[in-house]
Order: sequence, then structure tokens, then C-alpha cells
Amino acid sequence: MSLWIRGGRLIDPANNIDTVTDLHVRDGKVAAIGSCTDNDAPAIDATGLIVCPGLVDLSVSLRKQQKNSISRETRAAAAGGITSVCCQPNSSPVIDSASVATLLQDLARQGGFCNVWPIGALTQGLAGSQLSEMGALKDAGCISMSNLRAPFENTRVLLRCLEYAASYDVTVFFNAVEHALADDGCVHEGPYATRLGLKGIPETAETVALTRDLLLIEQTGVRAHFGQLSCARSVELIANAQAKGLAVTADVAIHHLFGTDADIQNFNSLNHIQPPLRTETDRLALQQGVQEGIISAICSHHQPHEMADKMAPFAATEPGISGLDTLLPQALKLVASQLMSLEELIARLTIGPARAANLKAGSLGVGDIADICIFDSNKNWQVSPSTLHSSGHNTPLMGSNLTGRVQHTLLAGRRVHPPRG
Amino acid sequence: MELVAESPQLQLTEQGQLRHFLTVEGLSKELLTEILDTADSFISMEQQSIKKVPLLRGKTVVNLFFEASTRTRTTFELAAKRLSADVINLDISTSATSKGETLLDTLKNLEAMASDMFVVRHANSGAAHFIAEQVTPNIAIINAGDGRHAHPTQAMLDMLTIRRHKGDFENLSVAIVGDILHSRVARSQIHALKILGVPDIRIITPNTLRPYDIESMGVTVYNRMIEGLAGVDVVITLRLQNERMQSALLPSQHEFYRLYGLSADKLKYAKADAIVMHPGPINRGVEIDSDIADGPHSVILNQVSYGIAVRMAVMSMAMSGQTTQTQSNGDREANS
Repeated sequence: MSLWIRGGRLIDPANNIDTVTDLHVRDGKVAAIGSCTDNDAPAIDATGLIVCPGLVDLSVSLRKQQKNSISRETRAAAAGGITSVCCQPNSSPVIDSASVATLLQDLARQGGFCNVWPIGALTQGLAGSQLSEMGALKDAGCISMSNLRAPFENTRVLLRCLEYAASYDVTVFFNAVEHALADDGCVHEGPYATRLGLKGIPETAETVALTRDLLLIEQTGVRAHFGQLSCARSVELIANAQAKGLAVTADVAIHHLFGTDADIQNFNSLNHIQPPLRTETDRLALQQGVQEGIISAICSHHQPHEMADKMAPFAATEPGISGLDTLLPQALKLVASQLMSLEELIARLTIGPARAANLKAGSLGVGDIADICIFDSNKNWQVSPSTLHSSGHNTPLMGSNLTGRVQHTLLAGRRVHPPRG
Repeated sequence: MELVAESPQLQLTEQGQLRHFLTVEGLSKELLTEILDTADSFISMEQQSIKKVPLLRGKTVVNLFFEASTRTRTTFELAAKRLSADVINLDISTSATSKGETLLDTLKNLEAMASDMFVVRHANSGAAHFIAEQVTPNIAIINAGDGRHAHPTQAMLDMLTIRRHKGDFENLSVAIVGDILHSRVARSQIHALKILGVPDIRIITPNTLRPYDIESMGVTVYNRMIEGLAGVDVVITLRLQNERMQSALLPSQHEFYRLYGLSADKLKYAKADAIVMHPGPINRGVEIDSDIADGPHSVILNQVSYGIAVRMAVMSMAMSGQTTQTQSNGDREANS
């Protein structure tokens, strides 16, 4: 099977390429980069479009491990130009055994829209007391282990998890949260929480845990990644650790780059997320962290919910935003606001997250797997139930206009968006 | 710029009349004054032998208490009856309705029974807002207390008490003492005092019971009673729940009483004609000394009787606004 992508602007930060050229895909891989001379060869006309590696999303919740649910959400990923998603272990059932991890990948392959990489549970059932079978989980395809925001019974259990993970080169994904401080808060502890009478989560719920985690990472030598930073001081802590030579990377959820606690005004539960949206200072520091590369990945932190899950008083609603469909156009705002170049942004959506998760993805060098996103960076579209592909319509962006729309997505050279038929 | 957590549109008609009463925040001084004036007129009516007016005749008011309450529910019930409404009381345990679906179902069923007004108390902040915005917007919603967020009728009866004893708000110093963190009453009082023009609003509390950045609501924070009470015209003490001792917020009731309990030796720092208020129910010997609660400065029982008049005022105003809005919506649909 052979296909040319002609006339697009190829941006491949992993190989330091930003040029208008043709790209040849053969047998699922990148066969050549350069002018196509065969005018009759099967081709996609990418004139005026951006051609880049398929996006890599480090934090996606698929909720139910059912074929139709996985198919629907991976279809949404493909429509968003995302070709690799890392699936959170808190699905039902929890990814804490090799069989669950294998089943998830089998179901995803049957759908065939996107690569699904399971993140294994760091402790059994995410209960925080017993080690999971990390060796078996890794062999079954789990790219990392995480306890997400679930608590550990005590710090000793966490230390043992890290020691054990380090023994088998397992990367640990952290979501820094000190539960005693987060308590059962639902929003940032700030003036909006005070006025609305909603229980706040102080910034220290994240930074105290992050500080402890960094010390344990240093002690155990485990390879670590921090997901969904929410505050300025966390960026500073990660920067200091990286400056010391610690092997830590970090990502931020797209919502935290654009939202603040002011968005919970009027009890808007569509902005109920964990970790919570924080202050304008935090938002700007997170953007700067992305710009400087301290934060090397932007994720969708996709959590599709039924609207009934949001139909309750604020604290009783399910936290989370549906984000696969809107990740790329939202991220493009960072380029439009001249915070970074398009090449830098694409790095944070492709090779950055791929390296953080040790994935062979996010690069379009000759011989690499042809996971490709082709998008129109100027195309306007409106977020509506009919333009969203995810089953989750829980997004505060509903009704708003975005710029940037994916035109084609290829998975190992095969077109997955728009779907054939 | 003043920080606004809730836009006032939801509870107002297009003409700016009350159609729900969810929070004091964002309302105008004129509207709050109208509530107080209307309540005043109902107080004079209470002196008459026939206490009923037909303002809500033929209307159905449902008291929806998802959280237990005796006093507030009773005053709402009396207020509705004095307005000639039909009243239904529903006490729904919070545990049975902790799921959003059940709450929705309950409300939709009541709507189908042609209810006109819901008086809602709920343990979750924003519950009344949620119902007014997303569940039954055509039913007038009166917030009878939601989580830590708001208790607007309590705040308005407190304002009425202050006005009837102090005349106006322009030159007052008001101190609110105790557990501000968990208090919906305090939040609503602060908004109301601010809107009505009280220049000096004080919070007296240990830092464990002080909400984050409460200063941004326009109050001055004091940790010590002697400093906080100095020269105040009004002292509002708040109820202290027992469970605060379990969650490491306070060492003991005894220590709280020693530091923050309102007793004669502390009250002497306030103005000689200061009034003492409490939203009830009182923990005697915890947040307030019995001698003070029953003494000459106390207006606590006046608050209770004003509560009925204020609730009558709010209910009649909201019902009138909601009816106007629903009619104008109906006309618009008919014309389109």
C-alpha cells in the first residue's frame, strides 16, 4: 500500500523539520520525504494544510471497557488528530492485571481508530495498599504505572511501589495530591470558593505531595512523570528538579492553560475538574512552563460524561471535561497568542509526550510508523453536539468557535479520519 | 474590579423584579430595601386580629427540606399560610437523594403537580441555584439554606432587625463572631451589610474557621474579641457545631467559649447600646453566655418574629415576579 501526502507544510519537531514538501507512506511507514514525481500515485492533497505526527495524548479516560465505548472515544481521538492515547487505569474494571490490559488493547484494535496504550495501576485496585503485578502489566503493554489521584495507605507503600517499579524500568506517572489537604474539596481554594461556599483544595495539596514525591524519586531512581500540574509553584518545583538532573517530565491538561477559578462562577459544573482550575497567576505560569519546555506535554485529560452526571449541585457532579475533540484547536491558541511557534507547540503534542511515556510515536522520520495528522490551522468551526465525536458533551466550550480543524488522520498509513464509507 | 461569583440575572425578571431568591450577592440596594419595607408592612399587619392576606391565594408552595430544620421550615410554612397559599412540607433525607437523578426526579414530579414555589434547603452549596437554572426555572425558588453558600432570608431578617433597632445602615460597625468558614448565614449577611452600605463589617474568628480570602468580600478580620468588638453597634454570634472539635479546627468548646464566647466582660467593649443577634439555635455557654442571650442587649427573639414577615415579603415578591416573567415568556411564544 502506497500513498503520497502532497504539498503540505510538514512540521516534525522530532526531526527538526518545518518545510513544504511531499511525504511518501508505504506499508504503514514513512518511506520518503521529498517531491513526488509520479502524478498518478494515490495521494492526499495537503496544499495549505499542516502535516505533522499524529498527536500523543498522555491522559485519556475511556470509562467503560466496552467495545462500543472504546470505539466511540477512539473515533473521537482520530477526529482530533490523536493517534496514540494513554488510557488511565481507573476504567471499569481497573487496569491492574495483564488480562484487563490485553483486553483493552484488543478492543481498541478491533475499533482500529487509534493506538490505545494502557497505564497500569500502581497498586492493586488502585487501593493504595498492595503492589500491582507491574512485571506482568508491563509485558502486557502497559507503558507506565500510576495510582492517579487515589491515595496510598501510607508513604511507605508509595516508597515500595517506586523501588519495585525502578527494578523493572517501569515509568511511574504521578498525580500529585496530598489527600489530607485536598480533603473532599472540589474547587480551588480562593475567593470564588469562599463566595460560592464550595469546599476548596489548597495549592499545597499538590505542592506538598509533589515535594515528597520528588524526594522519593530521587531516593529510588525511578523514572517519573507528573500529570496535570495545576499551579505555578508546581512548575517551579519540577524546574528545580530537572535542573538538578532528576529524570522527571511533566504534562498539563489543556483546560489549565486557559481556565481559572473564575470559570466556576454561577456554579458552572462543566468547569468542575480535578485538579481544580486555579488562579490567573497559575494559568500564566503553566503556559510559561509549556513554552520553556519544563512541561513537555499537553494532554486532553479527556473525561467523557453523560449530561446526567453534570445535572446536580456542583459538588455532587462528576469532575472532568470531554477534551479529545478540542485538544488541537485549543492548543493552537497558544500559537495565535504568540506564546510559542507552531513547531514548538506540535512538539508538546507529539514527541514531547511520546518521550515522556517511552512510546515509539510522535516522529515522522523515514522508517517511522506513519501515524499522521493533517490539519487546517485556519479553519473555523463551532463546538456543538453535532460537531463533537466523543460521547461526552461535557465541555465548557460548547457553542464556542474554535480555529483549527483536522482534515485527515492516518494510523500506520491507513486513513482513520474521515472514516471511509 | 469587584469580584462577582454569581450574576444576578438568574433570580431577576427582565424588569429587575425578584423571581427567585437564591442569594443576596449581586442584588441592588433598592431591591433589598424593598424587601425590608414590604416586611415592615407585614409586621404591622401582624398586630391585627386577622393575620392573613390573599397574595398567594390559589398558589401551591412546597417546602423541600433535604436537610433537617425545624425553625426555618416552620417560619416558611407560617409565612406561606399567612399569604393564603396551600403548603406542602416534604422532608427528604439527604441520604436518599444524594444522587442527582433522584433529586431531578423528585423535582420534576412536584413540577408536574402544578407547584408554584419551592422553598429549598439542601446540604450542597448551589443546590437552589441549580434547581432554578436547570431543573424548574418556571417555579419560583426560595433558597432556605444551601451548604455553606447562602441563607438569604436569614440575612434579610437580620437586616430588618438591625434597621428596626438602629434606624439605618450608613454609620454602623457590625461584628460577626465565630465559625465563618461553615456559615452560609455569615456569607449572606456580609453581602447584605455591604450592599446596604454598612461601612465597617468585621469578622472575629480563629484562622481555622476563617474562609480563604474573606477580606475580598469587604470585611476586616480580627482574631481577638476585645479588638474586634471595640465600639461596634451590632454583634452577631454564630452557632458552633459540635463536630468542629473532631476535625481539628478547635481544641474544645471550653477554649472556644473562653476566647470567642460572648460574655459580659467582652461585650463591654462594644458600644453601650449595642444589640446582640444570633440566628439560632443557641448553644448557651458555647458561643454566647445565657446572661447575654436573655439580657437587655439581646434581640434574638425579635429576629425570630421578623423572620416570618421577611419570608412573607420575599415569597410574595418572588411569586409576583415569576408570574410576570412566565406570562411574558408565554406571550412571546404565542407571538412568535
